[in-house]
Amino acid sequence: MGNEVMSVLKKDYIYNLMLKGKRQDGRSFDEIRNIDLRTNVIEKAEGSAWIKLGETEILVGVKLQVGSPFPDSAGEGVIITSMELNPIASPDFEAGPPKEKAIEMARVADRGIRESGAIDLSKLCITEGEEVWIVFIDIHVLNNTGNIQDAASLGAIAALLTATVPGEREGRGEDMPMPIRDMPVAVTLADLGGEMMVDPDLGEETVCDSRITIVSNQDGSISGMQKSGDGALTEEQLLKAVSLACEKASELRENYLLNI
Amino acid sequence: MSDKPEKFIDENGLRLDGRRIDEIRPMKMEIGVLSRADGSCYLEWGKNKILAAVYGPRELHPRRLQKADSVLIRYRYNMAAFSVEDRIRPGPSRRSTEISKVSREAFEPVVLTHLYPGAVIDVFAEVLQADAGTRTAAINAASMALADAGIPMKGLVSACAVGKVDGQLVLDLNKAEDNFGDADIPMAITSEGEISLIQMDGDVTQEEFKKAIEMCKEGCRQILEIQKETLKNKFTKLDEVEIPEDEEEDVSALVESTLTSADEGEACEDEEVVEEADAEDDSEDVDDVEDVEDDEEAEDEDDVPEEKADEVVEADPSFEDVEEEEDENPEDDEEETV
Repeated sequence: MGNEVMSVLKKDYIYNLMLKGKRQDGRSFDEIRNIDLRTNVIEKAEGSAWIKLGETEILVGVKLQVGSPFPDSAGEGVIITSMELNPIASPDFEAGPPKEKAIEMARVADRGIRESGAIDLSKLCITEGEEVWIVFIDIHVLNNTGNIQDAASLGAIAALLTATVPGEREGRGEDMPMPIRDMPVAVTLADLGGEMMVDPDLGEETVCDSRITIVSNQDGSISGMQKSGDGALTEEQLLKAVSLACEKASELRENYLLNI
Repeated sequence: MSDKPEKFIDENGLRLDGRRIDEIRPMKMEIGVLSRADGSCYLEWGKNKILAAVYGPRELHPRRLQKADSVLIRYRYNMAAFSVEDRIRPGPSRRSTEISKVSREAFEPVVLTHLYPGAVIDVFAEVLQADAGTRTAAINAASMALADAGIPMKGLVSACAVGKVDGQLVLDLNKAEDNFGDADIPMAITSEGEISLIQMDGDVTQEEFKKAIEMCKEGCRQILEIQKETLKNKFTKLDEVEIPEDEEEDVSALVESTLTSADEGEACEDEEVVEEADAEDDSEDVDDVEDVEDDEEAEDEDDVPEEKADEVVEADPSFEDVEEEEDENPEDDEEETV
């Protein structure tokens, strides 16, 4: 998060800790902060999840509406993901239309879900070429202490898992559960002086040269990836990041998603 | 969306959700829920879920928005896209802009705005789930967030709505009453009993209106109790500082010596004051504190000679001068601007 103000001393501190193989909060490089995930927290949403990753808090709501399909995919439902970096979440966030940071993160979360085929979009078609279900995934960031991306992605899939297609309410047949086929999970790593640290906190995020987010699926395949920040990664770093991310993703899936 | 019910109040005088006409929905709140905010509150009132946060007082940019003689309060009422039956487009609407304005004005009377000239206090109220009465719920939450942030205020603000259904006034409208009722009067009342927000739409007689205010006052009084209770719960639980046993003696010795040297300091101080004829009482107090602090530092180093401690005290008048100059300057500025 580029605009977070941080002193040179703090940067030095984080960097020097890294040289000793340590992190500010005592985690190891491959350790994710504690997660608290609750679903169905908003009764009026078709699906919802509240997630706390460390102190980062995010609320994801899923709403469905009837609308028209895109011409090139007449028989498929539509996914629209948006993220608001709400000013409630950090002294550095300002109200107003989403800026590039929010748009980027929303799109990464969106691609993870879309590209993995997590939602069976063909089942969200009502009348081909005319009416389909539009799935709105709204990501509301409530408190930012770093790594919004992973919390948002995990929250989004959790919210989708609990979502119901409101057929009765909209007069389009019976209610049905959201047709979910996969559980993509994003894991972000920060490159700090060549070391890759999983789930960067705010300080690490600010200090790091770049971040890489990897979205992986149940079968270990990767459905999304994004490098962010002005640094570059070596091939070795990248490969290490991918394998670590997949490993962590499957842990997350097992611990938090499979029991929803 | 449900259709208009035939009757809002049954033969037993109970409403659709089983409440009496003068009963508010169950409310619970928790403060200090967000770690980044200076103050925050999560509130549930019936099915309303509100999260409020306060940032500030903090520097205001752009500078042209700064007010020379008071803090600027900004209030943002915002509904989450998923907070209602039909998704709403994120971002400000005409409705939310208006609510933000009146809600801000509900707080301006109680916040001691003159204390932070040029700064800004940002209040953010997020409606995570809406079910009638969100603006009043948001105000209740924001009030708590302000208190949690330690913003100096004359008192808390409590808000509640009164409406009319089946020709009868009811306190704290539910969704159906809000949608199909004959009137809706949201009100915010300060703990001194002043009304800092009132809006109304619908149709009521003067007599009814008068009664509505009374009902609302009673509702707000109940809410104020809940608010006070919440604050007490948090702030009466003080963290005890644990002192390891082997250090206990050192600490008490330190405290004792600090107290003694503070007394000495005061004695010296008095002499200085006499010399400076126009020294003010206020600044004396401030200096006393400084003395204690300085001496404490001196005590920390074990072998401080007595003279050195005296030096520290004697060096103090320079502090006094600086403090006074600083104190005077803002006043001058203010006079100029007036």
